[in-house]
Amino acid sequence: MIKTILSSELPVDEQLLIQKQSITSGTGNKRFCVVTGTHGDELEGQYVCYLLSRLLQENKDKLNGTVEIYPALNPLGIDSTTRGVPNFDLDMNRIFPGDPHGSMAESTVHGILQDLVGADLVIDIHASNIFLREVPQARISTSTVDKLLPIAEQLHLEFIWIHEAVTVLESTLAYALNERDTPVVVVEMGVGLRITQEYGERLVQGILNVMTDMGMWTGPISLPPCESILSTTGEVEFFNASESGIFIPYVDHSMEVSAGQILGEIVDPLAGTVLESIYAKEDGLVFTIRAYPVVYEGSLIARMFTKR
Amino acid sequence: MKKELLFTLKSPCRDTFRIHGFRFGSGKKSVAIVGAMRGDEVQQQYVCARVVNALLTLEDRGAINPEHEILVIPSANHFSMNISKRFWAMDNTDVNRMFPGFSQGETTQRIAAALFKQVQGYSYGIQLASFYMSGDCVPHIRMMRTGYEDEPLGKSFGLPYTMTCQPRPYDTTLLNYNWQIWKTKAYSLYCGQTASLDEQSAQTAISAILRFMDSQGIIKSPQSPAFLSQHVPEEKLVHIKAHKAGILFLMSKPHDHVARGQILGHILDPYDGSIRWEIQSPIDGTIFHAANKPLVLENGLLFRIIPDA
Repeated sequence: MIKTILSSELPVDEQLLIQKQSITSGTGNKRFCVVTGTHGDELEGQYVCYLLSRLLQENKDKLNGTVEIYPALNPLGIDSTTRGVPNFDLDMNRIFPGDPHGSMAESTVHGILQDLVGADLVIDIHASNIFLREVPQARISTSTVDKLLPIAEQLHLEFIWIHEAVTVLESTLAYALNERDTPVVVVEMGVGLRITQEYGERLVQGILNVMTDMGMWTGPISLPPCESILSTTGEVEFFNASESGIFIPYVDHSMEVSAGQILGEIVDPLAGTVLESIYAKEDGLVFTIRAYPVVYEGSLIARMFTKR
Repeated sequence: MKKELLFTLKSPCRDTFRIHGFRFGSGKKSVAIVGAMRGDEVQQQYVCARVVNALLTLEDRGAINPEHEILVIPSANHFSMNISKRFWAMDNTDVNRMFPGFSQGETTQRIAAALFKQVQGYSYGIQLASFYMSGDCVPHIRMMRTGYEDEPLGKSFGLPYTMTCQPRPYDTTLLNYNWQIWKTKAYSLYCGQTASLDEQSAQTAISAILRFMDSQGIIKSPQSPAFLSQHVPEEKLVHIKAHKAGILFLMSKPHDHVARGQILGHILDPYDGSIRWEIQSPIDGTIFHAANKPLVLENGLLFRIIPDA
């Protein structure tokens, strides 16, 4: 059943609608939520929502509990190729828990948070941005690792990145919900403005895997379990551009590379010269690679994981 | 005055990005002034440019006191200003949410790091700021509550109000916040406009900056009589939000004193012009901030009012 959790008037003959698909079956009282579309340029989650919604509605006899799917927390952004909330300066995922007395965006995120609080598990799907392509990965802060790592390990993700708590991230949806005893695993995968079907299909199987463990799904899972690489078993290295120019990648993300292997070059199209060649320092996995060719000094080119 | 090239960044296809600073006097690092960090902060850049101009005149007259150094950086993001974008031209990130910066990080983190290195260590920091929500406001001095804020000294600008606010997690990356943490007494000066020039409020801001420096013995530049600033904690402001969406027709503006029940404007139906909602003041007070866009969303912020004492 499609439910509207928030409705707010726009100036001319239109409502801002935040909607969810709520699918309930069986006698179980667990609630599992999938949210995405906080950033309007991240579309990978759309395919996951579609696949999951369709699968569950066609197989309700195998569902025990309630699954709620929120494809578009920022519908105006998604429909206008805008990362943020149109007409609002701040990143929507930096204003949680919101404020019922604040601006339209702040009161909207407050309403979204209230609707999600109390779920047994929330998966918050992101897709990097237009600049970077990511392998399917979970991101977990050290403060929530005990609770969330066992869940993330079942999601069929290639990589689990456990990172230090950062003050500015205390204003994300995930932080706000975890603080309210509603567990959230953040998934990053793919690239902005595109859908990587393989990743979406894989994550849906991972979600079913988790639901099986929660006693919410009795149907088949078409992928064998996948062992995720844990960031804590090695080092994450960042490669930032030292020159401004056009980046030409020579490796793909999700590729194992050797020490000394060239990852890509930054070139000058006007002069016809190579400005910078970027090499792997160690053997490892490229889990992030620049997708947007134009780079400035400092632009992130790649992230690599190297096992200890 | 020494015009100094403080930072350069090569661009893939455009001219080199440059941040310039204007250094007056020498000796103790007394005050750093930062103008536009966002591409639409034209009024902020204008005020800074006029301050540079005023300091040049004072320097010629020998009115910059010995042993005081003043640094003015009018622009830290003209790559966006030149193409009418608010945030960094390439990736839409906000330079003013990247402090204290990271010299090995992403591009705007590097810009923030370079800028912060230049403006650190001054006794006083003044930023010509703009608010994250659109609207017009009464000129005021704003400070984050970090434990290092010096609100009484903020009154030396002689603007109608000083305001203190509680930083939220995402505010910890602002220049004002980081200046304070690194022991600079930081003041964000809001002069009412952003993307358009308003001579009257610009003159108010310029006089306020010069008055502050005069009061601290940095320059000799007596200014016209000032306001006896009233301190307002941000939490005291009363918000009026739109109960309906539509076309906004305002009948009141910042600085107006309004009475409880007074009609401040109307929200009109965008199809037939009928009144969808009458905006009434819930209290006696002074309008501090008013929306300035012709269209309003339901729950959009229309006014913030300072209640009468």
